[in-house]
Amino acid sequence: MSTSLRNNRLPALALLAFALVVSSIALVFFYAPVDADGLNQKIFYFHVGIALTAYACFAWGGWKALRVLWKRDDDADLESYVAIHQGVIFGALTLVTGSIWARYRWGHWWEWHEDQLVLFLVLFLFYSAYFMLRFSVPPGPRRANLSAVYALFGVALVPVSILAIRLSERFIHPVAFDRGGPNMAGSQFFTFCVSWAALLTLAALLYHVELAGKRIDVRLRELREALR
Amino acid sequence: MIRARGLEKRYGDKRVLRGVGFEVAPDGFLLVTGPNGSGKTTLLRLCAGLAVPTAGELHVPFERGRIGYIGHEPLVYRELTALENLDLYGRLYRVVERRERTGMLLERFGLWDARNERADSYSRGMLQRLALCRALLHDPDLLVLDEPYSGLDEEGAALLDRELEEARSSAAFVVATHDPARIDRLASSKLALA
Amino acid sequence: MNYFADVGALARKDLLLELRARDTLPAMLLFVLSTLVVFHFVLPGDSSELAAKGLLWVASVFTALLGLSRAFAAEREQGVIDGLVLAPSDRSAIWFGKALSVLAFLGLAELVALPAFGLFFGGVDGPMVAGIVLADVGIAAVGTLLAAMAAASRARELLLPLLFLPLAIPIVVGGVGASVTDDPSRYVGFLALYDALFAIICWASFEYVVTE
Repeated sequence: MSTSLRNNRLPALALLAFALVVSSIALVFFYAPVDADGLNQKIFYFHVGIALTAYACFAWGGWKALRVLWKRDDDADLESYVAIHQGVIFGALTLVTGSIWARYRWGHWWEWHEDQLVLFLVLFLFYSAYFMLRFSVPPGPRRANLSAVYALFGVALVPVSILAIRLSERFIHPVAFDRGGPNMAGSQFFTFCVSWAALLTLAALLYHVELAGKRIDVRLRELREALR
Repeated sequence: MIRARGLEKRYGDKRVLRGVGFEVAPDGFLLVTGPNGSGKTTLLRLCAGLAVPTAGELHVPFERGRIGYIGHEPLVYRELTALENLDLYGRLYRVVERRERTGMLLERFGLWDARNERADSYSRGMLQRLALCRALLHDPDLLVLDEPYSGLDEEGAALLDRELEEARSSAAFVVATHDPARIDRLASSKLALA
Repeated sequence: MNYFADVGALARKDLLLELRARDTLPAMLLFVLSTLVVFHFVLPGDSSELAAKGLLWVASVFTALLGLSRAFAAEREQGVIDGLVLAPSDRSAIWFGKALSVLAFLGLAELVALPAFGLFFGGVDGPMVAGIVLADVGIAAVGTLLAAMAAASRARELLLPLLFLPLAIPIVVGGVGASVTDDPSRYVGFLALYDALFAIICWASFEYVVTE
């Protein structure tokens, strides 16, 4: 496994991420048409992308978790952990951007009828517990197994929670609110795609950087042990 | 033939076993010695299948149901009686003629009179004897015993001596002990952990 | 079939342990009653009946947590889990047997909670009971596996509610929906779906929770 940061991929990835992030910001503020909602709507270009990126991170974490259990792949535990870590970061950002958007749209910092927001709150709680689990079990194959099983529970929880949240609206908020979110024209869609690509690349970059860092830690510890 | 080569076990940063290798024939008796903290318990847990090695090879050609294990805990439920505990294990291990075998073992280890008492009323020595009954209940082909004499009084130790001698030729043994002199004569090979 | 014989032996063992120890079940019964009484003081006078029904679910979930925190206590304190894991039986039978006994305890707790709820707050009907039954199945299935996870950790009792509550949210939604809406079958169906999905996941993955 490569611990070297001089691995060619990372600088190239960083450059790509930078380019995409700059372009997407430019597109969002100078190219995409200003909507009826005004400036607030612009945050949606990032909010949705951040949410989708968080899902992608959790899915990747779940895939690696499956490899831990199924193929007894040692590396996969660390990869799963880092992916979920990124997922939680992006999840928290989803809550923050969503909250800002809700404040300017509805007037409060939180809206229970925003399904996406509620779902992310539940997922945030769930994956935070993942970290609590990890920190309270000594490192080893046991911890890898428990983390992997829990991560897979998370994957199953997503569709079930979506359904649950929708079902809950019938007895929590009988009044129908119009669902937020833009219907996108061509130029808006293009801007959205670029910003989503930027976010995914950024997530991939952070993932690889953190992974490399953690692998160096592991290697360092192994070397220290071997010297004893 | 049990085979180990370059066996390593690490828990997080701590390396408990390093570069361990040995072989045990189907009727062999491996005596494992070493000071506290040298990894005897870890090695025996690996042999029993309770842990997996971090590196190296370990080949234990015995099914789970053919292995008998004694650890530091007697592995019995304190709120249940000796009979109830052995009945449970007898069912889980699919022991043929469960009741007869349970009775026979309890008698051989001097626990027959206490069979209907809860294990939490047992002394340390009695618990160890019950653990021995549990380990031998299913007539295992491999016995992994971690300090089997601990807690036993003279009488209990004599009973265990007798059991080991009788089972010596019909099973493989991996035994860790602080008192190798006692079972030295039974051993076919030795492993000293640093 | 051997598998179900194992499950039966293990479930019987757990029920027998509780019969001897007599600590978890009385605690659960007393807890659920006390919680319902607290709820009387929590609800403002003009609260709807629906709010009270919702609270029954809070009581059920937290009573379940109380019971679940003790689920693997014997195995953990005395290390007996090693004995069960070493046996040739399928490890998922450990989960299945334990979950059945947890379900039995939950059922007994509900036998006390539902009449008490009917007495204090009124309005216990068919769909609510169906909801309670299915919810308890889900709680027993998922809770048992998570209790085993928590038992393997250093944090133990502290960890179980954290792991469990996010997974309990869909159960609560299903249960409350079955109790208060005029379309309970949809929610009962949802609970059945949750139970089936998570029971299968628990059954398949328990092996990895108790082995290295």
